[in-house]
Amino acid sequence: MSIEIRNIKKNFGQFSALNDVSLDVPSGELVALLGPSGCGKTTLLRIIAGLETPDSGNILFHGNDATERQVQEREVGFVFQHYALFRHMTVFENVAFGLRVRPKHTRPSDAEIKRRVHELLELVQLDWLADRYPPQLSGGQRQRIALARALAVEPKVLLLDEPFGALDAKVRKELRRWLRRLHDELHITSIFVTHDQEEALEVADRVVVINRGKIEQIGTPQEVYDHPVSPFVYQFLGNVNQFDSHIHQGSAQVAGVDLKLDAHEDTQNTPALAFVRPHDIEIYNTQKTDRIGFEAIVRYVNAVGPLVKVELERNDHTELIEAELTQERFRELKLTPAQHVHVYPRNVRVFAA
Amino acid sequence: MSATATTQYSSYRNKVARSRATSEPVWIRYLLTTIALTFLTLFLFVPLAAVFTEALRKGFDTYITALVDPDALSAIKLTFIAALIAVPLNLVFGVAAAWAITKFEFKGKSILITLIDLPFAVSPVIAGLIYVLIFGIQGWFGSALVDNDIKVIFAIPGIVLATIFVTFPFVARELIPLMQAQGKDEEEAGLVLGASGWQILWRITLPNVKWGLLYGVILTNARAMGEFGAVSVVSGHIRGMTNTLPLHVEILYNEYNYAAAFAVASLLALLALVTLALKTFIEWQVARNAIQHESA
Repeated sequence: MSIEIRNIKKNFGQFSALNDVSLDVPSGELVALLGPSGCGKTTLLRIIAGLETPDSGNILFHGNDATERQVQEREVGFVFQHYALFRHMTVFENVAFGLRVRPKHTRPSDAEIKRRVHELLELVQLDWLADRYPPQLSGGQRQRIALARALAVEPKVLLLDEPFGALDAKVRKELRRWLRRLHDELHITSIFVTHDQEEALEVADRVVVINRGKIEQIGTPQEVYDHPVSPFVYQFLGNVNQFDSHIHQGSAQVAGVDLKLDAHEDTQNTPALAFVRPHDIEIYNTQKTDRIGFEAIVRYVNAVGPLVKVELERNDHTELIEAELTQERFRELKLTPAQHVHVYPRNVRVFAA
Repeated sequence: MSATATTQYSSYRNKVARSRATSEPVWIRYLLTTIALTFLTLFLFVPLAAVFTEALRKGFDTYITALVDPDALSAIKLTFIAALIAVPLNLVFGVAAAWAITKFEFKGKSILITLIDLPFAVSPVIAGLIYVLIFGIQGWFGSALVDNDIKVIFAIPGIVLATIFVTFPFVARELIPLMQAQGKDEEEAGLVLGASGWQILWRITLPNVKWGLLYGVILTNARAMGEFGAVSVVSGHIRGMTNTLPLHVEILYNEYNYAAAFAVASLLALLALVTLALKTFIEWQVARNAIQHESA
């Protein structure tokens, strides 16, 4: 089922949680709402579920207005950050709950409920825990039960609020791959909220970057990572070096480097911000005559892991620049602290401030 | 094997060292224990023992006679009637108030919380007096009640009203912190899964607070049966008619009928002991559940 979000606004007192948010989620897609805490992403998810009411705007399910529809009638599955499993019920009863509370004429028989619950528990690979109580399970197990419970009512939409937020790093990684596989199997329209850019980029078909109640960018993980449309998105998705700059008649000065900017031909002397990813900082021991760069001193080297992290200090500026290079390149350059090097940034993005 | 043994031993040694590091000198510990025990003995055990000794001083037969006296039986009956009406009403009210306060946002919430505490803050005598002023012959509804031949003050309805008033905070006070700690997540999960408000109340909210609820009910009951001040004002002390157990004790005592007074008082003391036993049982249940959950 497709979801359309039209001009949603929501204020909590003076605080504007969502400011005119519109978004289309096509049927069967897995979408991540990504943003820092307090950006409004959870509020948006809860509005879609019907747990919050928007001040204005509409929610459309499959083209039909569902803004005024009761939570119970929305046919959504919701997975809470802290699982929200019913603590006094067994795992089996938790998953069966959505079926048991149905009115008599639509309620499946006990045998049918039993069959469906065990089917779902098998799907989340926890059939052997059916008789346990939620507090006896690990965090990862609880979250999978919560997912099975949400799926039991055969929702048209699956909404997940920071589903892996309360888990430790390893379980988190495992579970998000598992969620991706599950989605590929079930093809249920899913929206999940996260503040973890790695999670969003790895799992989602599309990423919606939200900041201060507004959507900054919508795109595939590749698009938003490679072509951020705003300084916020650039900074939020991965590490980045930021330079103060200014644009004048189609060129910008970034760290002493002149950049041609086709889009800003007519701009006169405007302050700007320039961004370069650490892996786009090239380091050489000798000067390249065909390129313009700047000189710097190596301040700090961390060679743990596949990428070597190097902190550089420009000769004319105290600002530190972060660079990442492969172990191979690092060995070629033989970098040590206090060494003088030549630095050439590439793929510089400039935003008029 | 030996490695485990060593760790176990060292953790044991650490524990001993820590307990020494954090504990007070021996004499302070003994002093504090002695003070506590002396107080307990003087103010709790001795009076409790005195009630039963005095009650049985003139023999077991006198004791039983005092209890099966028609006036005493009538007092017992009235006390049970008052409790039987007040406790269920306050149970419903307490659940409703706690549910409203913890699961919803609305204007005037803090005023409601303060109002719930009012019976704790106000003297029971004032509570009784309020009902006399409202329902008494000289009160607001006095003439209307007389016209319709309804008796509230100096009758059972007044006693029930006063009992409800003094006991209404217990259930709500017990449930509010508990339900606040549990949050709204489970209710919201129920909602999304298609449950109606009624189903959520019966299947999620109440089972989650059942021990706290029972605890509140037991305290309500103890107070409802033991209340003296408020009931005394509205009762009129008509023997065999509007006397509850505590009032009956007072009357017997004022008539120098000590053996009978203490015999009836011993019933109230027994009620207190049963209440304490139930309370301990519930606390034990809650702790056991907590341990079960912890061990996961």
